[in-house]
Amino acid sequence: MARRVGVGARTPIDEMSKEEKVVLDHLGMQRALNRITHEVLEHNKGTEGLALVGIRTGGVYLAHRLAVKIHEIEKVRVPVGELDITLYRDDLTTKKNPPVLKKTALSFDIHDKSIVLVDDVLFTGRTIRAAMDGLIDFGRPRVIQLAVLIDRGHRELPIRADYVGKNLPTSRDEAVQVFFEEEGEEDRVTIKKHIGEGS
Amino acid sequence: MALKRKDLLGIRDLDTEEINLILDTAESFKEVTTRDIKKVPTLRGKTVVNLFFEPSTRTRTSFELAAKRLSADVINFSVSTSSVVKGESLVDTAKNLEAMQADVIIIRHWAVGAPHLLARTVTSSIINGGDGAHEHPTQALLDLFTLRERKRSLDGLKVAIVGDIDHSRVARSNLYGLKKMGAEVRVVGPATMIPPEIESLGATVYYHLDEALYGVDAIIMLRLQQERQGTPLFPTLREYSRLYCLTPERLHLAKRDVLVMHPGPINRGVEIAPEVADGLSSLILEQVTNGIAVRMAVLFLLAEGKV
Repeated sequence: MARRVGVGARTPIDEMSKEEKVVLDHLGMQRALNRITHEVLEHNKGTEGLALVGIRTGGVYLAHRLAVKIHEIEKVRVPVGELDITLYRDDLTTKKNPPVLKKTALSFDIHDKSIVLVDDVLFTGRTIRAAMDGLIDFGRPRVIQLAVLIDRGHRELPIRADYVGKNLPTSRDEAVQVFFEEEGEEDRVTIKKHIGEGS
Repeated sequence: MALKRKDLLGIRDLDTEEINLILDTAESFKEVTTRDIKKVPTLRGKTVVNLFFEPSTRTRTSFELAAKRLSADVINFSVSTSSVVKGESLVDTAKNLEAMQADVIIIRHWAVGAPHLLARTVTSSIINGGDGAHEHPTQALLDLFTLRERKRSLDGLKVAIVGDIDHSRVARSNLYGLKKMGAEVRVVGPATMIPPEIESLGATVYYHLDEALYGVDAIIMLRLQQERQGTPLFPTLREYSRLYCLTPERLHLAKRDVLVMHPGPINRGVEIAPEVADGLSSLILEQVTNGIAVRMAVLFLLAEGKV
């Protein structure tokens, strides 16, 4: 899970601390998403029964972007849902700062669909576990696939992504952050040394 | 963000930030209640006890459903078949429940301050389900939620609360809540039912219903609590009804898009005409639906805060 920066907070790249490094710039992100789009369409042989579900918050932005790209290629609009996994977390009563509950918006029937879960950073895998639990409560998809922008390793559960933007080997004390245009930032992924509680 | 407290005892103690947190959280839970599988695993393994010393349909069932939809285990404590009948004290009853690891206890009691006593005595989270005529915080929260859903903002809203204000915990909690959210509150009823100090809490007093209804955005009707009144507070039921019943004609005095609410149960034809209760302005059943979402939010936030 990546840490989120508030809307309107601008962090010009030259003002970043020396330890913070950009590992994927906005062009890199765009190319990665283009490739993921093509891979999803290839693997699923088109858009038949396809639906995207973004995991709040970063996954939601990415899911919408993928839907736009799919439309550009196949001229079809696939449904996009938004999933908030707070209610399905396994660490709710142990976190010091309880996460804010946001809304889940899944207006279409997921029964028998090919769902592509979308998230920004894949780390321990617990968010994806929670997302699958949440998704199954809505119905029975035919298949669930996972698309992530960054896979930073350190899995604590047997979870893997079908589509990966970039594999980023990290150490546990590093923090990976994804910045989004949708929040007023320049699209990029950064990594920096982090002391304190991880995600 | 969590609530700054282990218990929910009254609206009076909450600040606007906490009220908004509860209402925002309730919105997300309302979505859960529209699903096919109305369950999330959030409070799995937690124990919630409904300790009701007074009758209740809505509040108790609402809390039970709210807890169950959060996957908690629920116990409905029935006073008449409990050892309270053998003389066991309130504190002892609560301590026994605490010893069985009850995480949340919702208490409705005729004595004002009963929830506060429990909050001091046991580590379980205490929710006030109504204490005497004092407060009924979750009712006020669901009323605020219902109004906010329809009107966007409560700031500057004109609300009239009509009926036996003196005996009403719903009136008091709503008065606190509405004032904190910036609304203008009018209390209406016969002089025998309006407590003398109510103006100091920010309400404007009216003794004539027609006068009070001019230009209001929302009307909260209260039930005539015949079971609570010792000395008669009005000559006859018919006279009360003639002066204070919300009829379709009286409804026209308010704003065109006026909203009608009632905590329930309603006395059809006494404080509210059937056509109004079942009419288009009525949010009475919507309040019940929202009650579950709001109570889920309260249970969630109280449980989340306990580290």
